[in-house]
Amino acid sequence: MKVLVAVKRVLDYNVKARVKADKSGIELANVKMSMNPFDEIAVEEALRIKEAGNAEEVIAVSIGPSQSQETIRTALAMGADRGILIETEEELQPLVIAKLLKHVVEKESPGLVIVGKQAIDDDSNQTGQMLSAMTGWAQATFASKVEFEGDALKVTREVDSGLESIKVAMPAVITTDLRLNEPRYAKLPNIMKAKKKPLETIPVADTGVTTTTGLSVVEVNEPEQRQAGVIVSDVSELVDKLKNEAKVI
Amino acid sequence: MSTLILAEHEGGALRPATLNVVAAATQIGNDVTLLVAGSGSDAVAQAASSLAGVTKVLHADDAAYENELAENLADLVMTIANDYEHILFAATASGKNVMPRVAAMLDVPGISDITEVQSADTFVRPIYAGNAMATVKSSDARKVITVRTTSFEAGAETGGSASVETLAATAASEKVSFIGQELSQSDRPELTSARVVVSGGRGMQDGENFKMLDEIAEKLNAAVGASRAAVDAGFVPNEYQVGQTGKVVAPDLYIAVGISGAIQHLAGMKDSKVIAAINKDEEAPIFQVADYGLVADLFDALPELSKGLDG
Ligand SMILES: Cc1cc2nc3c(=O)[nH]c(=O)nc-3n(C[C@H](O)[C@H](O)[C@H](O)COP(=O)(O)OP(=O)(O)OC[C@H]3O[C@@H](n4cnc5c(N)ncnc54)[C@H](O)[C@@H]3O)c2cc1C
Ligand SMILES: Nc1ncnc2c1ncn2[C@@H]1O[C@H](COP(=O)(O)O)[C@@H](O)[C@H]1O
Repeated sequence: MKVLVAVKRVLDYNVKARVKADKSGIELANVKMSMNPFDEIAVEEALRIKEAGNAEEVIAVSIGPSQSQETIRTALAMGADRGILIETEEELQPLVIAKLLKHVVEKESPGLVIVGKQAIDDDSNQTGQMLSAMTGWAQATFASKVEFEGDALKVTREVDSGLESIKVAMPAVITTDLRLNEPRYAKLPNIMKAKKKPLETIPVADTGVTTTTGLSVVEVNEPEQRQAGVIVSDVSELVDKLKNEAKVI
Repeated sequence: MSTLILAEHEGGALRPATLNVVAAATQIGNDVTLLVAGSGSDAVAQAASSLAGVTKVLHADDAAYENELAENLADLVMTIANDYEHILFAATASGKNVMPRVAAMLDVPGISDITEVQSADTFVRPIYAGNAMATVKSSDARKVITVRTTSFEAGAETGGSASVETLAATAASEKVSFIGQELSQSDRPELTSARVVVSGGRGMQDGENFKMLDEIAEKLNAAVGASRAAVDAGFVPNEYQVGQTGKVVAPDLYIAVGISGAIQHLAGMKDSKVIAAINKDEEAPIFQVADYGLVADLFDALPELSKGLDG
């Protein structure tokens, strides 16, 4: 079985996003970019599945500009076997990303696709669910544990009131939550080796997928800023302020 | 045209989130239909019919809908989707699970986590952990949306008198089945709708120490939350996590204890009306958003605070 993992190149989680002066989007020139943290978890899970003998090959797919090769190389350095870049300069929405992933799914016929629950730039939390609907495969989102049970999976999911578990037939789409695993770091020799692993580039135009949708960004604004308040000297002043000034207790 | 809302419920009652979604739908301005899908859910359908602003309730009662499996709920929504211009879900774990399936099946983009309705086709939503707000406009005939519940004041539970119509159930998916759940027991109010939230971070050091927060929460009728670091360390279960990738809360009072104030945490609580923070590091970023900051060791401050609340 092949496992496909989606890896997105995003603004590093430690960098504070700045809105461009012309309100067209976020400043991404000369800032640190990294693999979406949920996708590191996806890669790690795919590797563990392979290491446990449940898969033969891990393929990392990214959709984005040519620099996304670095993101794929990171996945390869962690241990993925090969990479596919669907190259585009456009910023694409989850609907289009899901269609492009489906294109790769049809080409590669994996038994499992693992994506992040959420890209930390657009914060959409849509792609995995959409891919599941488009492929007709079972969906297991917000996974915190994945166990093989024959040709099905038992997936523990993080939900608002705790944890739940479901059983899904394979092939399936899994989206990762934070507690699924702790991703490994790529070791230096593996980073060197990763440079020689195969990485195929497909121009987005060759996929036949329409990249525009009916949804457009009118403008991007700074959020309202909170004013810093006061530092109180002790607990009794805190209680007093909450009671008598803010009147919230 | 009308707006369809997938109602959420558990234990025979509507979840509070649904009332916030009704409020967002009211701002869009069209007739509002509530879809109640469940198993043995007559009482929920009845409760739904009395919500202010709801004109019609569609009720599908079948075992397929008992555990909110996304496949089954999305298939049900699809049987009526073409009658609606807007299809709304709460931005809860359940709503986020279903919404993108419906959007994909309708071949339209999903619009996640809206915080503002500017017009029937233009919405505002946070991106980059709320460090930017995107105004987006849809020219599609169907708009499929999740609503950030804390951004819309809950609608009234009474005042409406909608008709209840039965909707035929769809077949349950054979690819997925529910095994079970591990719900944590708590007598505390629900985190996302509590009036006061007391949250602990890595500074709490272990799960045992969260009892100090429970004690304070008890006195304030508050919910208890946590940072990701506290959840990852196993101090408290996952559903406590507040933040970009956890729950979003906006209570009247948020008390952050031993939490540094990373962007990802702020994303989930910076719309709280009043923020108080207790941290021993005066440089902690949480103080930049706190209305009241106390630089202190939490192990000294919490017992004092607990006592102070008695007086
Ligand atoms: C993809 C991704 C998603 C994330 N999502 C979230 C999210 O949804 N929610 C979230 O919270 N985080 C999230 N994070 C994590 C976030 O970046 C921070 O790591 C996390 O919020 C830190 O938690 P903390 O403040 O408890 O811990 P720390 O940053 O370690 O802070 C602990 C604080 O406690 C204080 N302290 C220690 N001891 C005491 C004491 N005795 N008395 C008083 N103060 C004390 C310290 O001064 C310090 O400020 C996410 C990260 C990533 C990469
Ligand atoms: N451009 C992309 N390239 C590769 N994977 C992506 C891309 N966009 C989204 N994904 C995958 O879909 C997940 C959810 O993204 P989103 O629906 O945008 O929040 C991410 O964690 C990735 O695994």
